[in-house]
Amino acid sequence: MRRSKLIALKTLVWAACLGPLFWLIWEAVTNNLGPDPTATITFTTGLVTLRLLAISLAITPIRKLVPKLSWLIRFRRLIGLFAFFYATLHLMTWIALYAGFSLDAMASDVVKRRYITVGMAAWLLLFPLAATSTNWAIRKLGGQQWSLLHKLVYLAAICGVIHYWWQVKPGVLTPTTITIVFGILLVSRPILAILSHRKRMATTVRAPGL
Amino acid sequence: MLIGKPSPIPSSAITPKEKYLNRRKFLQSAATGVAALGVSAIGAERVSQVFSPSTRVFAGTKLATVPSPLTTTGEQLTSYQDVSTFNNFYEFGVQKYQPAQNAGGLPTRPWSIQVEGMVKNPKTFDIDALLKLKPLEDRVYRHRCVEAWSMVIPWVGYSLSEFIKQCEPLSGAKYVQFLSYYDSSVEKWASETTIQWPYSEGLRMDEAMNPLTLLTFGLYGEVLPNQNGAPIRVVVPWKYGFKSAKSIVRVRFLDRQPPTTWNEQAPNEYGFYSNVNPNVDHPRWSQKTERRIGLPFYAQRRSTLMFNGYGDQVAYLYKGMDLRRDF
Repeated sequence: MRRSKLIALKTLVWAACLGPLFWLIWEAVTNNLGPDPTATITFTTGLVTLRLLAISLAITPIRKLVPKLSWLIRFRRLIGLFAFFYATLHLMTWIALYAGFSLDAMASDVVKRRYITVGMAAWLLLFPLAATSTNWAIRKLGGQQWSLLHKLVYLAAICGVIHYWWQVKPGVLTPTTITIVFGILLVSRPILAILSHRKRMATTVRAPGL
Repeated sequence: MLIGKPSPIPSSAITPKEKYLNRRKFLQSAATGVAALGVSAIGAERVSQVFSPSTRVFAGTKLATVPSPLTTTGEQLTSYQDVSTFNNFYEFGVQKYQPAQNAGGLPTRPWSIQVEGMVKNPKTFDIDALLKLKPLEDRVYRHRCVEAWSMVIPWVGYSLSEFIKQCEPLSGAKYVQFLSYYDSSVEKWASETTIQWPYSEGLRMDEAMNPLTLLTFGLYGEVLPNQNGAPIRVVVPWKYGFKSAKSIVRVRFLDRQPPTTWNEQAPNEYGFYSNVNPNVDHPRWSQKTERRIGLPFYAQRRSTLMFNGYGDQVAYLYKGMDLRRDF
C-alpha cells in the first residue's frame, strides 16, 4: 500500500474510533445524553468496546478468506488499543458514577456481583495485551510467545459478552446480536485452520504425482 | 418525613411544563405534517390506527383535579418529556425509548376492567365510569425503579381502596391481582422477550387498601400517555416500579398470593413484596443508591430511602416480617 493511502486510512480509522467519545462529550456539554445520562455513558462505552473488539477479531479471518485484504493487519493494533481505551472509559464510569470513588463500594461490587467480577476480569485480561502492543514488546517476547499471550483476547471477549448478559434482566435478549457475531468469529478460527490444513494435505498428497 | 407538610411545590419546579408543552405542540404539529405526507407512503390504515379517536386523542386531554394531602412535597418534578419517553413497558419494546414510539396502537377506548374471583358479584367497570367515581387528585410521588433509577411524578387518580370498595370483595380475599392488556398483534414487541404475557402483578389486601396506593388515570394533570400505562394503572410508591401494573383490564381477588410476572421470571431477583429497601441488594447490583432521571450525569446519584421515603405511612404493614427474606 502507498504511504499516503495508509496515512489517509489511518486518519479515517482514528476519526471513526474517536467518534463515539466525541459524541459523548458533545452530548454531555449540550445536556443531551437523554433522561439517564449515567446509563447512556455506561452503555455507549461498553458497547463500543465490544464492537471494536469484534472488529479487531474479524481482521484475521477476513485476511485468510480474502488474501487481497491482507493489508488490514496494519489496523488491528490500533483498533485493539481503542477497544482497550473504551474498556478503560467504561471502567472509569463505574468507578466514578456508580462506586463514587469509594474503594469499599468497588471491592464489595467486585466480590458480590458476578457481572462486575467478569467485567473486571475482561479488563484485566485486556490490560497485558495493551501493555505489550509495542514493536519493542513483540521483539522482547518473541513472536510465538507474544501470539500466545495475545490469545487472551478471546477469553476477554467471552468475559465481555457474559458481562453483558449478566446485567440485562432475565428474559431480555438484547445481547443476542453481538453474541452471535463473537460466536462466528470464534468458531471461524478452527474452521479456517481445518480448511487450510486440508488444502495443505491435498497439495502434499498430490505432489508425488506431479 | 416530607409527606403531609402543607408547603406546596414551589412554582419554579413546575414552570418547565410550559417549555415542553410548547415543544410538544411543535412536535405534534410537526408529527401531523409528517403524517399527512406519510399517509400515501405507509397506508391510511396504519395512520388511522395511530391517530383515530379510539387511541391517541385521549392521551394528553386535560383532567379536572383536586389537591391531595397525600402528595409528596419538597421534590423537584421530573419533566413530562422524561416521564413520557423513558419507560419500562416491555410489551412495547425493551429499550426505554421504545414504548413512547410503539404504544400508539394501544386501544384505550372503549376500555373496561373485569372484576372477578372472591367478590360478591363479578362486575365490569367502564373506564369513563371509573373516571367519575371519585374526585381525581393530584399526587406527586417518588418513583423508584428496581434498576436503580428514580423519578418524581405528579400522578392523577384516587386511592385504589375507593375502587376496591366498589368491587365488594369477600372477607376471605387476602390478595388482589392485576392483569394488564395483552394483544400480540398490538404489542408485537412482547415476543422479543421470554416473558409469559399478560403482565401480572399483585398486592396483599392491606397494601392495596393503603391510601397511598393510587388508582391512576393521568399525570401532569392530563390523561396518561399510552406508554405510561393508559388508560388505567396502579401506582404503589413505596415499591419498585414493576409492582405498579399498567393498562389494567382484569382485577382478581384471591385467598392466596397470585403469580406475578417478574417474580416468576427470576424469583431470586424480584420478590413478591419488592418494597424499596436500600439494605437489601438486588443480587446483581446495590440498591443503596439511585440515579435521578433528568439530571446531569455528575448530579444523578442519591441515597435510596427505606420504603422510598414512605415509611411513616406503610412500615406498619410489615411489622414482624423479615424483609431480607420477604424482599
